[in-house]
Amino acid sequence: MAKVKIPENKVQELKDLCAKFNNEPGELINVLHGAQGMFGYLPAEIQEIVAEEMNVSVAHVYGVVTFYSFFSMLPKGKHPISICMGTACYVRGAEKVLDEFKRHLDVKVGETTPDGKFSLSCLRCVGACGLAPVVTIGERVYGRVSPEDVKGILGEY
Amino acid sequence: MNLVKLTIDDKPVVVEKGTTLLEAAKSIGIKIPSLCYMKMDDMNFENKPGGCRVCVVEVEGRRNLAPACKTECTEGMEVHTHTVRVVNARRTVVELILSDHPAECLTCAKSGECELQDLAQNLGIREIHYTGEQSHYKGDQSPAIIREMDKCIMCRRCETACNEVQTVGVLSAVNRGFESVVAPAFEMDLDHSVCTYCGQCVAVCPTGALTERDYTWKVIEALVDPTKTVVVQTAPAVRAALGESFGMEAGTLVTGKMVSALRKLGFDYVFETDFAADLTIMEEGTELLDRLNRHLNGDKEVKLPILTSCCPGWVKFFEHQFPEMMDVPSTAKSPQQMFGSIAKSYFAKKMNKKREDLVVVSVMPCLAKKYECTREEFSVNGDPDVNVSISTRELAQLIRNANLDFAALPDDDFDQPLGESTGAGVIFGTTGGVIEAAVRTAYELHTGKHLERVDFKELRGMEGSRKATVDFDGLKLNIGIAHGLGNARKLLEEVKSGKSEFHAIEIMACPGGCIGGGGQPYHHGNVDVLKKRQRAIYEEDKGKPIRKSHENPFIQELYKEFLGKPMSDLSHELLHTHYFNRKKKAEIE
Repeated sequence: MAKVKIPENKVQELKDLCAKFNNEPGELINVLHGAQGMFGYLPAEIQEIVAEEMNVSVAHVYGVVTFYSFFSMLPKGKHPISICMGTACYVRGAEKVLDEFKRHLDVKVGETTPDGKFSLSCLRCVGACGLAPVVTIGERVYGRVSPEDVKGILGEY
Repeated sequence: MNLVKLTIDDKPVVVEKGTTLLEAAKSIGIKIPSLCYMKMDDMNFENKPGGCRVCVVEVEGRRNLAPACKTECTEGMEVHTHTVRVVNARRTVVELILSDHPAECLTCAKSGECELQDLAQNLGIREIHYTGEQSHYKGDQSPAIIREMDKCIMCRRCETACNEVQTVGVLSAVNRGFESVVAPAFEMDLDHSVCTYCGQCVAVCPTGALTERDYTWKVIEALVDPTKTVVVQTAPAVRAALGESFGMEAGTLVTGKMVSALRKLGFDYVFETDFAADLTIMEEGTELLDRLNRHLNGDKEVKLPILTSCCPGWVKFFEHQFPEMMDVPSTAKSPQQMFGSIAKSYFAKKMNKKREDLVVVSVMPCLAKKYECTREEFSVNGDPDVNVSISTRELAQLIRNANLDFAALPDDDFDQPLGESTGAGVIFGTTGGVIEAAVRTAYELHTGKHLERVDFKELRGMEGSRKATVDFDGLKLNIGIAHGLGNARKLLEEVKSGKSEFHAIEIMACPGGCIGGGGQPYHHGNVDVLKKRQRAIYEEDKGKPIRKSHENPFIQELYKEFLGKPMSDLSHELLHTHYFNRKKKAEIE
């Protein structure tokens, strides 16, 4: 695992983020959520800083990061694509949509395209089952996505 | 007190509100099988994730079976612990666990002591009806502890020991679903982590997932090498527990039989770590008095309280977690290392041997000692002062290998000169013992008076952290005692904040002190075992003709012939050490 050197001002930003949640161990998930938003991913060094600030063990932070598929230790693309694999989306053909994304981008789940533009991941239920199958790209949500839509969606970026 | 009344297997029982079904059943002699659950009063240890579902019972009026370890008793409950439905569910649960468990019982280090194996036997499981994928995870061999996570059943006891009791924070459940595993941060190996090797995770692991690194073969190799003189030292806590490995009641003192066994195993000299404990008192006690006198004379630079440094788990703990306080603990080496140092200098010279021809083996209740003897500062030109450290359990293994009928062995005595010890050396094996031993000597050195009463009952006990004031002829000495690293952390935070009132603090990493060490026969969660071992230690102390370290004639001879006086230049070279800031080292590369 390569060690990432994050700039001093970013470290301070991260510490401020922890302080915003009163360095309360129970707020760990919220802090990690914010940190991932800040850095795009959660490399080891960031987890160590968070652990130190929140007064929890690094092992615990790593445990939380690896438990939730939302968190990533690898840099995500500029536009992170998430395909919902929850029950409703799955039965309405999410897997075929995923295959189409994989084919177009030529990456596997969890990977980022070589140009850093897109990354592909799966998640479990975004709470919009009525729109199944659901795909999110960054903050945008796409509903009732069919494999045929994929090319067009990617073209928007 | 709020009481509730219920029946378990038609037996009425009244318990305090909030009591779990498991505890309530236990109180009327009904043992509900369990696996992940473990509770040790006095130790701050309670593990009940409710994960394994082995302890399920039937509660009338409830649709689903209830996990007894997590279900609280309510008024009028009718509970059945072994209906056909319950037993079938239990069997299914255990079969499912076994379906993802390597069937290596015949060669597993934990065989015979494994709680999963016992459970499968008690339930009469002869076939596993579920075939499926088996999880595999990389192995991890540190100098002290082996992790074989294929054998992990995710009971989380090790996490509770590491995080709640010891507050070391190495272990956490990581990943999810079938991939989940208990591991250090970033799934690094233990020897890159902040692990102290206290071995409390090993002490509570129900299966063979966590075991000690076994060095018995290295001992046998040394014993059969005709060019080597093999010297063994046994720590005080070993004699109070070794018998358990041979079916004896906990707390049976087997000192004489142990010496007999070691001699039959072929050790050339059978010595005691207790001798080095006496030596530790000479050095540490002198250091305490030196710091105390400088403090009393107005020296503002002097660091008080002085912290004991006999425990390698504790040493590694503060090197990782409190590196800014490295000048607070005593610089005295642990008794294991003092022994090694003296054996390979003083004793080797006496015997006309080169240090390389001597192999020093230690028998310890401890796993951290395995790591300690590999530390570079404890070797001379690549030759370690202590070559091999084995646990009480490994000694039992060696005795079984050699076909010795342990119970029938006659009592034998230690060799001289490094086998003579006092009662003060013996009590090093329990929480409170090191400081009591130090007080016995420091009192006489400080006051110049004879100490009549050598039993300092105020320093004894099992509470996690204790304090007492000892009167040094007008000088009131405040003493703190902590066992279990979580308790040590609290005292250390006090010292750090400058609020500590103590002059001296004794710290032992393991709950109960060395008697509860990670290398002792498994207690399976029974705290009474530790209490019985503690009683045995004090019993041995009481029976010793000499009970103060400085009165040990062979210690006196050692200073006269070789070291000069405590804290002399040679003492510093051989018996004292320095510490390292390990805060950075824990980070991954």
